[in-house]
Amino acid sequence: MATMTPAGDYRSTYREDMTIFPTRGSRIALWVGLALLCLAPLVLDRYLLHLLINIGFLGIAALGLNILVGFTGQISIGHAAFFGFGAFASAWAHEALHIPVALAIPLAGLATALIGLVFGAPAARLKGLYLAIATLAAQFILEDFFARARWFTGGVAGRVTEPFSLFGFAFDTDETYFYVVLAFVVVMFAGAANLMRTRDGRALVAVRDHYLSAEMMGINLAYYRTLSFGIASFYAGIGGALYAHYLLFVSVEAFNILFSIQFLGMVIIGGLGTIKGSLMGAAFMVLLPEVVQSLADMLAGGAVDRALKLGASISYLREMAIGAAIILFLIFEPDGLAHRWQQIKAYWKLYPYSH
Amino acid sequence: MELGFLLQLLLNGLIVGALYGVVAMSFVLIYKASQVVNFAQGEFLLVGAWVCWWLLTAWQLPFWLGFLVTLAFMTLFGILLQVVVLRPLIGEPVISVIMITIGLSIFFQALMKWMFGVFAQPFPPVFAVERVRVLGLEVQSVYLFSLAISVAIMLGFWWFFTYSKHGLAMRATAFDQQVAASLGVSVPRVFAMSWAISAVVSAVAGVVVGVVNGVSSALSFYGIKVFPAVILGGLDSIVGAVLGGLIVGVLENLAQWLDAEWLNWGNMYQVAPFYAMILILLIKPYGLFGTETIERV
Repeated sequence: MATMTPAGDYRSTYREDMTIFPTRGSRIALWVGLALLCLAPLVLDRYLLHLLINIGFLGIAALGLNILVGFTGQISIGHAAFFGFGAFASAWAHEALHIPVALAIPLAGLATALIGLVFGAPAARLKGLYLAIATLAAQFILEDFFARARWFTGGVAGRVTEPFSLFGFAFDTDETYFYVVLAFVVVMFAGAANLMRTRDGRALVAVRDHYLSAEMMGINLAYYRTLSFGIASFYAGIGGALYAHYLLFVSVEAFNILFSIQFLGMVIIGGLGTIKGSLMGAAFMVLLPEVVQSLADMLAGGAVDRALKLGASISYLREMAIGAAIILFLIFEPDGLAHRWQQIKAYWKLYPYSH
Repeated sequence: MELGFLLQLLLNGLIVGALYGVVAMSFVLIYKASQVVNFAQGEFLLVGAWVCWWLLTAWQLPFWLGFLVTLAFMTLFGILLQVVVLRPLIGEPVISVIMITIGLSIFFQALMKWMFGVFAQPFPPVFAVERVRVLGLEVQSVYLFSLAISVAIMLGFWWFFTYSKHGLAMRATAFDQQVAASLGVSVPRVFAMSWAISAVVSAVAGVVVGVVNGVSSALSFYGIKVFPAVILGGLDSIVGAVLGGLIVGVLENLAQWLDAEWLNWGNMYQVAPFYAMILILLIKPYGLFGTETIERV
C-alpha cells in the first residue's frame, strides 16, 4: 500500500503496519467525512441524493467485482447477472417467505453467493480468458433464467418490491433510504478492507500475483479462486437487493451484458486492487451519463443538435461515452482514479518543495 | 416427413454454422497472430454491413462497387484499430486487453445505433430470391449463395496460409514471435495485417447476413456466438473454428427443435450453445484441436 506517512514515522509492529487509517489526520478525516455524509440528506436535494444512493449500491457491487478481478486476478463478465439475482432473491424472499426486508437483503447476498459458487466452479480450473468466456456464458444462462422463471422474477412483467422497513418505520423516501445505503456501504467497505488484512485476503492477492508460487506456498488454488467468486457474488447480491428495495420495481431486462461491462468499467476506472477505487469508479460511472446529458442539453436546439440528432439518441451517446471511457482509461491511466488521487495527494504533501 | 424435417434442420444448421465458422476463423486469426481475445468481432460484421448498406442506399452504388469500397474501408478500419488502440497495450495483462476490446465493442455498437437507428433495414435486392430444390429439400437461393461464399472464404484461408508468403509469415509469428522477427518478419506488420484480414472477412460475413436477413444491431451477436464455436474447436485452431462453427449451427437448430417438440422452455436457440460451452470448458477446456498450454516455472 502506497500510503503517505510523515517522515520519522516508523512502524515497529505488524499491527501498526496493517492499520487501515495509519495517521491521526486520516482518522479525523474519516469521522468528519462520515458525519458530513450523515448530514447530507438534510442539505442536498432529491436529485443529488438519488445519485449518491446509486453510487452507494453500485459501489458495493463494484467492490465485490474488484475483490474478484483486482485482488484475485480472475475475470468475470457476468457480474450484472449476479446483481440481478440478488435483487430478485430479496424481493422473492420478502414476498413468498414473508421475511422482513432488513433480513431479506443479507439473505439475498448469501443466496447469490451460493449461485456464484456454482458458476465459480469452473474458476477452480480455468483462469484468464477461459474464465472470462465461462462467465460470459453464466451471464446469458442467468439472463435466460430470469426471463423464464416467472415464480421468481415475475417474468417479462417484472416484480414489484416493498420498501425497506425497520421496527415499523418505512425507509421509502430518498432522504431516509440514503441512511440504509450508507450503513451498508460502511459495513461492506470496512468488511472488505479488513478481509484484505487477513490470511485469506493475503492468499487471494498471492493467487493474483503469481499463482504457481502461491500454490507452492501451500495456498489451495481451487479453494481460493472459488471463494473469491463467492465473495464477489455476495457483494453483488447485497448491492442488487439494495437496488431492488430502492426502485421498488425490478425488471428482467435491466441486467444485461452492458450492465456487466459497466461494472468492469467501474473497477478499471476506479483502480484494480484498491478498495476506495471501487467507490470512485462507481461515482464516475454514475456521473458520466449525467455529464453527457448536460452536455447534450447545452447544445440542445443549436445547429449541432439538429445535425447530429443528439436529443433523440442520448442513450447511445451514453453507451459510447462508457465505451470510450474504458478505452481511454486503459490506454492513458491504467492504474485508475485511486492511483491518480494518490499522486495528487503526494503532490500537495510536498508542495512547494516537490523535488 | 420426420426424416425430411430433420434433414432440413441439419441443412439450416450447416448454412448458419458455416457463417459462424467464417467469423470464428477470423476471430482465431487475431488470437493466433497477436494473442488478443477480440470481443469486438461482432462489431466488424456490424460496421461492415452498415457501411455497405449505406453505400448502396445513400450513394446508389452498384453492389460490386459498394462491396469493394466496403472491403477497402474495413482494411483501413482493422489496421487503424490495431495501431491506435491495441498497440499501446502490448505486454499488458490479459484482462486489460479483454477489457479494451469490450470497450470497443460497446462503443461501435452504440455508434452504429446512433448513425443508422435501431431498426432492421433490408438490403437493396442483390440477387433474385428463388426457392431451389436440393436433394428434395427446399432452400432459398440466398442461403445457397451464403454457403458458397463461406466455403470460398474457407478455401481462401487455406490457400493463404499454405502457399502465400504473408500467410507463412503469419504462421511463423504465431509459432514464435522472436524467431520470426529474427528471420526478417515484421511482427508489427503481421499484427496489423491479421486485424485487417479479420475485419475484412468478418465484414464479408456481415454483408452476407445483411443481404439474407437485413442489417440490424442483432448482427453483433455473431461476435458472442463465436465463443462457443472457438471454445469447442480450440482457441488457436483454424480448422477447429470451422468445425466448431458448423457444430454450433447444427446444435442451435436441434436445440430449438427439441425445445419446440418436448421441453417448451423457449429461447433454447440462443442459450443452448452456452450450456454446451460451459460443459466443454469443464471437461476439455482446450477444445477439440487447441494446443494445451503447459506451464513451466
